[in-house]
Amino acid sequence: MIFLTRRATFSASHYYWNPAWTAEKNEQVFGRCARRTGHGHNYTLEVTVAGEPDPVTGFVVDLKWLKDAIEREVLAAYDHRHLNLEVPEFAESKMIPTTENIAIAAWKRLEPAVTAAGGAKLSRVRVYETPEIFAEYRGEA
Amino acid sequence: MKAYFGRRYMLSASHRLHSEALSAEENRAAYGKCNNPHGHGHNYGLEVLVGGPVDPQIGMVVDLAALDEAVRARVIDRFDHMNLNLEPYFKNRIPTTENLCRAVYDLLKGALPAGQLESVRVEETENNFFECKAE
Repeated sequence: MIFLTRRATFSASHYYWNPAWTAEKNEQVFGRCARRTGHGHNYTLEVTVAGEPDPVTGFVVDLKWLKDAIEREVLAAYDHRHLNLEVPEFAESKMIPTTENIAIAAWKRLEPAVTAAGGAKLSRVRVYETPEIFAEYRGEA
Repeated sequence: MKAYFGRRYMLSASHRLHSEALSAEENRAAYGKCNNPHGHGHNYGLEVLVGGPVDPQIGMVVDLAALDEAVRARVIDRFDHMNLNLEPYFKNRIPTTENLCRAVYDLLKGALPAGQLESVRVEETENNFFECKAE
């Protein structure tokens, strides 16, 4: 099995807020991340697919196809957006746009496209919020 | 839903690779420059990966402050700006980065909630790194 990873970057703003809590509790749990005016990051997305190289092309997946899929499914929705306000899976406090949840949401956006293409399977989505902080999702329940 | 959270840290330490089981000549052959009697040092990059269910209340798998505190108390305070050869943990172990990686893994495993630690990566330089995960 070969694992192939494509990296992409996007910049977005967000804040952390649990609507079931008081403002005091949100500020206590999330600190500066709870500021409702939001803040932003340069995120790095790493998408890993796994499979066997095609006997004709030698590719696990066509990297250009994967690059386009990442741009179409994820970057078009996330890049230069306010995640809490403009991205459906996070809007109206449906889900807090933490790094963990962004990794899960990006997986859900990509998985149908990768599966439909046949061949390689989506193996891992890793999201770096800063060079020191990242989260990943491997499709586990 | 199980997800993983990773955090990077850094520590600087010196070491000398030398085995009492080998002759001086064998040590030089096995370890090369790393056998230099006065030791040498590295800025070690440390990557800690923890896994668990995402708490829907906070959207996170781990309390970052608690993770930082565990790494600081168990690993950074112990090894940063130290000579690894003089550390009790390395009394009977050669302070290779393989063994440092296992030390960090074992120290953190005991400090974090059961089942949370997924893997530890220690980078000795930009070009070589080591990983320890539960087998």
